[in-house]
Amino acid sequence: MKPGRLAAPAGARIDRNQTVEFSFDGKRYSGFAGDTIASALLANGVSILSRSFKYHRPRGVLTAAGQDSNTLVQIDDETNVLADRRAIEPGMAVTAQNVFGSLESDHANWIGHFSRFMPVGFYYKAFFRPKALWPFWEKVIRRLAGLGVVNQEADHGYYDKQYLFADVAVVGGGPAGMAAALEAAADGAEVVLMDENRVLGGSLNYARLDAAGERAETLRAELVAKVEAEANIRVLTSATCNGWFSDNWLPIIQGNRMYKLRATAMVVASGSFEQAMVFRNNDLPGVIMGSAAQRLIYQYGVKPGNRAVVVAANGDGYGVALDLLDAGVEVACVVDPRADAPGCERHHAVIERGVPVIRETTVAEVMAAPGNKGVVGARIAKVTGEGETTVTTDRFTCDLVCVSVGYHPAANLICHARGRMAYDNRQATFAIAELPAHMFAAGSVAGVYEANGAAASGRHAGWAAARDAGHDGGTEPPAAGDDGSSPNFPWPIFPHQDGKDFVDFDEDLVVVDLLNAIAEGYDNIELLKRFSTVGMGPSQGRHSSLPSVRIAAKATGKTMDQTGTTTSRPPFTAETFGHLAGRSFEPVRHTAMHWRHEEQGARMMVAGQWIRPEYYGDPANREANIKAEVMAVRENVGIIDVSTLGGIEVHGPDAAEFLNRMYTFAYLKQPVHRARYVLMTDQSGVITDDGVACRFHKNHFYVTATTGGVGAVYQEMLFHNAQWRLDVCVINSTASYAGINIAGPKARNVLARVSDDIDLSAEAFPYMGVRTGHIAGIPARLLRVGFVGELGYEVHVPASHGEALWDALMEAGKPEGIRPFGIEAQRLLRLEKGHIIINQDTDGLTHPHEADMAWAIARKKPYFVGMRSIAIQKDRGIERKLVGFTIVETNDTTTRAPEPKDCHLVIRDGTITGRVTSVGYSHVLGKIIGIGYVAPDQAEVGTRFKIKIEQGRLIEAEVTAMPFYDPYGKRQEM
Amino acid sequence: MKILNCPLNGPRNISEFVYGGEVVMHPDPHTTSNAEWADFVFMENNTAGVVREWWYHAPTAYWIIAERNTVTDEFIRTYPANEVFNERVAFPAPPASDDDGGTS
Repeated sequence: MKPGRLAAPAGARIDRNQTVEFSFDGKRYSGFAGDTIASALLANGVSILSRSFKYHRPRGVLTAAGQDSNTLVQIDDETNVLADRRAIEPGMAVTAQNVFGSLESDHANWIGHFSRFMPVGFYYKAFFRPKALWPFWEKVIRRLAGLGVVNQEADHGYYDKQYLFADVAVVGGGPAGMAAALEAAADGAEVVLMDENRVLGGSLNYARLDAAGERAETLRAELVAKVEAEANIRVLTSATCNGWFSDNWLPIIQGNRMYKLRATAMVVASGSFEQAMVFRNNDLPGVIMGSAAQRLIYQYGVKPGNRAVVVAANGDGYGVALDLLDAGVEVACVVDPRADAPGCERHHAVIERGVPVIRETTVAEVMAAPGNKGVVGARIAKVTGEGETTVTTDRFTCDLVCVSVGYHPAANLICHARGRMAYDNRQATFAIAELPAHMFAAGSVAGVYEANGAAASGRHAGWAAARDAGHDGGTEPPAAGDDGSSPNFPWPIFPHQDGKDFVDFDEDLVVVDLLNAIAEGYDNIELLKRFSTVGMGPSQGRHSSLPSVRIAAKATGKTMDQTGTTTSRPPFTAETFGHLAGRSFEPVRHTAMHWRHEEQGARMMVAGQWIRPEYYGDPANREANIKAEVMAVRENVGIIDVSTLGGIEVHGPDAAEFLNRMYTFAYLKQPVHRARYVLMTDQSGVITDDGVACRFHKNHFYVTATTGGVGAVYQEMLFHNAQWRLDVCVINSTASYAGINIAGPKARNVLARVSDDIDLSAEAFPYMGVRTGHIAGIPARLLRVGFVGELGYEVHVPASHGEALWDALMEAGKPEGIRPFGIEAQRLLRLEKGHIIINQDTDGLTHPHEADMAWAIARKKPYFVGMRSIAIQKDRGIERKLVGFTIVETNDTTTRAPEPKDCHLVIRDGTITGRVTSVGYSHVLGKIIGIGYVAPDQAEVGTRFKIKIEQGRLIEAEVTAMPFYDPYGKRQEM
Repeated sequence: MKILNCPLNGPRNISEFVYGGEVVMHPDPHTTSNAEWADFVFMENNTAGVVREWWYHAPTAYWIIAERNTVTDEFIRTYPANEVFNERVAFPAPPASDDDGGTS
């Protein structure tokens, strides 16, 4: 075994029978299964894991719990992995981040020598002016201050999501959380208990609660056994509750899965973060939290050093000294900065084992090994006041300094839920002053540190949460008593005249940086944070928040409460975009004929939520295919799947009155078996949708809507009738129907072959008529409407018959050579007819007078949605008008005129007067036609205007009367 | 994510709902001034306090009214729209005009 390893029972998490080989920065190492990257490296004598953000100082394990950013490493394409949380795996290739050259010898560590020339706010001040130079400096700074290397070619990994529900969610699996879960479950609540660590137990996994070092494990084993035996508790380990959202909606990240847990009530038993101490060189590898030393020993069997100085301002610190002694670490001395420290069992045990305990004394400075690569000694000094020490110091040789001076509650979730924290002077910590509804707290986050007390507070919180969730079974357990002690030393900050007394390890901020920022006027805690960047690094102020508030309070002469803390927001820890994206579901809708389109060689495209045929045939001949489809409709017969069109049934005695109010046109006198155009505007007079209303009965209309608009149309209809209370029933039947438009001069011949009971003759079934009957034995609604401008019938059948109808029409049309056509051909066909497409030829401001659609507005109606606004707009006059245009051919007849594109601008004398909304080459007309907005004085037929196309060229267009094709509609009415 | 208690469907995630603005009474479209009409169409009161709001449960196509405290973002009560809108609304005919026909 390596010298850095301890014998069992130390190392509860590792399996000494299973060796795991991995590499770090190209060198091969071995550890044991269960080791983290950091613990395995420490066992191999590697203590430097990263270089600091700004000064490139060596950094190593600080918390051994994934709570700091010293251990951020990269694994393959994965950046910013916490080396003290991630387990090693065979063959894992780990690399250091933010390093120039090598981790051992970083070329950029010279920056540290210039630290006094890099005051707080340095980057803002030095590089933002002159502005022209910033792009240069930005590159330099980004290279120096990066964290990991992102592989932009990396594949999207597998991530997913799962929904969970609980009566009571318990965050934190320490003694308080386990006790809370057990009590809530016993009262009948379904409980989800989660912990970010691999095993339950929290601090019981490493803390030394008594001199003998037995109590923690006994208590842990007892609670874990009970939790595992409780059927009402679901346990999630390695699971981080990463935030709190309204009504206890909790995102929980476990591996590559994000759970979304909805809990009726929750218990926050998230514990506390052990706090660092501020003194010179407190950032060196080898200066660690007391709890970190214990984690390394108990969980990973790693000896954290050979000779230690322990700073203990609480009983836990003495427990650390005992653990170090048991692990064979020589303890040079324990210094206790408190003036009036009460003795405790662990304290006496340390003295009994012959370790000098020095009262009212602190480590004032750590002596650095060459290159700041470790610790060679510690200078201690007598504490004479708040942050003050004597000058005379003793020096102890050591390679390890362990600090146990207090805790900061991990109250992030409570703060996300807008609970209130207030500074408790007696406990020298921020404490919960107010909890939000349906949230309870227990354990050290609630200021109860001692394990039995924490468990008692957990039982009480679990009972209260179960009761809150409606499980009122149990009798109220006693609330945790307060033993009056506090583990928190109120002023663990000892600034040094030579600096390097770090407050924020992530951002390389020292005491004087914060004082300077405050002196410059950034004396509000939120401003101080943003200017100095304290607390803004990856560890999000877990260790820098409390000292920076203390420093700010002292410097400004305010109390801790007046100073306050910065706002805590989700996420609690870094989360990947993969977790947020999950499996990237993008649901689409297929029509009943979808597979027929694919079989017939359709190129499919996205249209709103739907997948529709763009055209049929080889993409290499796209233009020719579309042209053939257009010509089939103009000269022969074609069919298009129009199932995606919206369909809304309006039934009831008030059906016509309802349409009269919803649409601009008039419907009261619309004859049965006739269709009428519908144009919808919103209350501001803007066009929102169009379609046709088919009256099948006095009290029944079937109204079509656009593919993308039907959802909003239906919503608006219901919104208005929630107020009008008309006697109608409105149903969105879009998905119930499949629809096919069969169009072209030979449409009637084809349809007649499969029409069972509908007389299709022009006399019996005129243009704009609607009929019901059967087509190929299928019950059908027939709409004789003319979007594409030829003789045509829309056949609407129950969706389940869509494919059969398609097959029947394709079969019936064989003698004519019937051809399916797609959206592209349809767009061109309707353009030739001058039919606008809502949201293509209209925008969020288009009102009917601009779109030349005043003909669709009934004036004599008492009311329709948008009526008053349209009247106001008409009085004010229009600022633009939608017109048809053709491109004026140049004299050069050898090439076709250049074609403008959608959104190309209409320019007059250098200013914009309009834009193109639709454009295309009409094979029937032999010219480029389009629709677009122009100034009102350019709207007269025959007016010429200029369109700016690609490369800034101006081409000439002429306003043309619409429809371009068959202006009198003879073809659609034949 | 908040939970909204739908009077038809019970407590549902708020992502199932569409916000429909404050409940405001429709002014007479013929007699109200242009400024008042513009106020009705474009302006929100933005009240700090309890406000009656429209919410639409999209999966079941159901409009409800919710009373919400906009300061604390708490829903106080939800109920069907007919608790407020309980009779058929009729719009008066527009004042007589001398134009000739049905369309403008």
